[in-house]
Amino acid sequence: MTAFACIFVPDFPVEALLRSEPELRSQAVAVLEGKAPLQKVLAANEKARRAGIEPGMSRLQVEACTDLALRARSLLQEDAAHAALLDCAQSFSPRVEDAGCDTILLDLAGLEPLFGSLPRIAREIARRAWDLGLEANVAVAFNPDTAVLAARGFSGVTVIPSGREAEQLGSLPLPVLWAGSSMEAAGLLETFDRWGVRNLRALAALPEVALSERLGQEGVHLQQLARGATSRTLVPVEPPLGFEEAIELEYPLVLLEPLAFLLGRLLEQLCARLAARALATQELRLRLELENGYREELDTRAAEDERPNSRWFQRTLRLPVPLLDAKVFLKLLQLDLKAHPPGAPIVKIQLAAEPVRPRAAQSGLFLPPSPEPEKLELTLARIAGIVGEGKLGSLELLDTHRPEGFRMQHFAPDATHGLKPSLKNAFNAGLKPCATQKQSAVNPPGLKLHGLTSVGSNFRRLWSACPRSEDSLFLHGVMSEESREGD
Amino acid sequence: MSSLCAQTLGHGVAFVSTPASVLLKRLAEAAKLASVTPAAQMAVRPVPEMVPSGIAELDTLTGGLPRGCLSEICGAASSGRTSVLLAALASATQRQEVCALVDTSDAFDPVSAAAAGVDFEKLLWVRCGAKANSPQRHSDTEKTKHHERKKEDPLAQALRVTDLLLQSGGFGMVAVDLGDVPLRAARRIPLTSWFRFQRAVENTPTVLLVVAESPFAPACAALLVKLQSGKQRSAFSSQLSATNKTLPAHALLFDGLHVEGEILRSRMERKPVRAATTRFATRAVG
Repeated sequence: MTAFACIFVPDFPVEALLRSEPELRSQAVAVLEGKAPLQKVLAANEKARRAGIEPGMSRLQVEACTDLALRARSLLQEDAAHAALLDCAQSFSPRVEDAGCDTILLDLAGLEPLFGSLPRIAREIARRAWDLGLEANVAVAFNPDTAVLAARGFSGVTVIPSGREAEQLGSLPLPVLWAGSSMEAAGLLETFDRWGVRNLRALAALPEVALSERLGQEGVHLQQLARGATSRTLVPVEPPLGFEEAIELEYPLVLLEPLAFLLGRLLEQLCARLAARALATQELRLRLELENGYREELDTRAAEDERPNSRWFQRTLRLPVPLLDAKVFLKLLQLDLKAHPPGAPIVKIQLAAEPVRPRAAQSGLFLPPSPEPEKLELTLARIAGIVGEGKLGSLELLDTHRPEGFRMQHFAPDATHGLKPSLKNAFNAGLKPCATQKQSAVNPPGLKLHGLTSVGSNFRRLWSACPRSEDSLFLHGVMSEESREGD
Repeated sequence: MSSLCAQTLGHGVAFVSTPASVLLKRLAEAAKLASVTPAAQMAVRPVPEMVPSGIAELDTLTGGLPRGCLSEICGAASSGRTSVLLAALASATQRQEVCALVDTSDAFDPVSAAAAGVDFEKLLWVRCGAKANSPQRHSDTEKTKHHERKKEDPLAQALRVTDLLLQSGGFGMVAVDLGDVPLRAARRIPLTSWFRFQRAVENTPTVLLVVAESPFAPACAALLVKLQSGKQRSAFSSQLSATNKTLPAHALLFDGLHVEGEILRSRMERKPVRAATTRFATRAVG
């Protein structure tokens, strides 16, 4: 019997905002929607509800409440939070259903040997969601709808055993049957209230035929839900691999220091999402929306980057090797922005990462030590800040008779450069996913990532190609490292 | 046997009659001296690993260039110091080590380096004193205009860059070319900078090679070699370059330039440095 888990984020608009402002978790927060001065409360967290804040209240009403943080709704941040929720689910199971912006269902079939018992899996899902900045309810049940109802109704982690669905769901109030507030739901709730039916246990106890005569098939369906007796198949989705985080600022930013503070948070979230999917990045794209447009005299600085219009300032950070270190990314972005300041106050920040497979190659037992890629990139960026861009790198001689016939390139020493040709070919053929070249993670060609069987076949091919020598020992070391990671 | 000795009693010192061995034991156990290692127990600094400099004659004289130490090659213009620098870089890059060249005066000639056998894939070239009309600057002149305004002097840049490279670690050789820096400016480099470099490179496999006109950091350098033009100079002799291709390349058109090297200081030898010299010749490029 297949178990299903549901990840539900209560007060989703608030949670989406709290991802970028985690210090507000201890305060009452309300999210406003609409244009001033007709803004209304869209969502409020538990503390705000205890203070009397309800969705639908006007801004004037809620402003009377002290110690309440008011924020405008950000669809960009909600999209990013939804993507993070999908990443969380996808990091456990490939069969994931997108049941709403705040609700994700996943199939737990075959996960018990990997993660342990069902309660342990549920706790692990909740912990990973928390790592991604979302406080989520996780419920596990043996049919998807029961899992959704339990996640909406019970906070924290809930596991409903098979056959006890009606008993466990009985105490939940009727509004958990609907995802949001609608006219139809309000009408049905009023009807049930007139009948004295206020929880799922009472709804489940109603006579089925009489309920069908009064409310039709919808009433019967609601009763089936309340009894935990529905059965349906999961509708799996395959979300595109997009890693983008954004912040819409209430006040324009002028200084680079507070910008770096916000970039640090975005980078941490991006790195957590990439780590959840066992990916790294080799390209970071930073887009800043400027308040007054881009100043003409500074236009030429960003000429190399694509700028859709003058309101956007864009920088692209390309790395020679896949990295996953938020601190390194932040320092590189800081140095880049210091060298190329935006030139106008910033009102919106968007940061996207291009996912690639992480670098997993061993340095080499018989190769001389070389600088760590992370440190080297930082050092190069710092030196570029001292001597200027284009004045450091590796040389490439040009086929010309001009006095200074050479060109500067980005310095990225290749670890396999200088190896014997047979060994180098074998290294590149067998360990391409671990090599330093950029590869798309969307359509991974060739070797399956960390696949033990695939590694084994490559290992055999390499072993037969190379005689037992110093080189073969080196390959053996590299392949052993791969096998350990595959395990 | 007893003697009048000092004994620590809290914050005060009292002179009492105590055997010397007992006193030494008490001193060793005192809290204030717990972190002090007696001279007798200090570990002897291990002899550094030597790597070839790329010139056999120089290796015969010095034993090579020491890893984890500062080595200084000094000599006047046309004394062969650039040849030694290129040979050392070629030797290191051919060993597949990642090297960095801090070019203070933007005097590095890539063609000569290629002829000397330097692998550019493994060499990071930092041009501290690059002129505005260098070929790379045409395309991004506007882009780097912002940097030009706040550019500091090349020597200060070179010192900061060297510091960053040494702290980064992982380089097989970091070469600093101060050959064309005016003596007056180079003498203003604080000694603390050289000590910092020496400390940064200590216990690492990096060779820190400084090429200069005169010795600037004799107190810190583990190896100091002075180069000068040899007396048997046979300029423009093309026969030598045609017959002996193993000699180090030189950017100038002088062919068969004889160079004399003399060790001024070497920490690898315990006994006083003797006057040891060697001779080698250069060949022209192209």
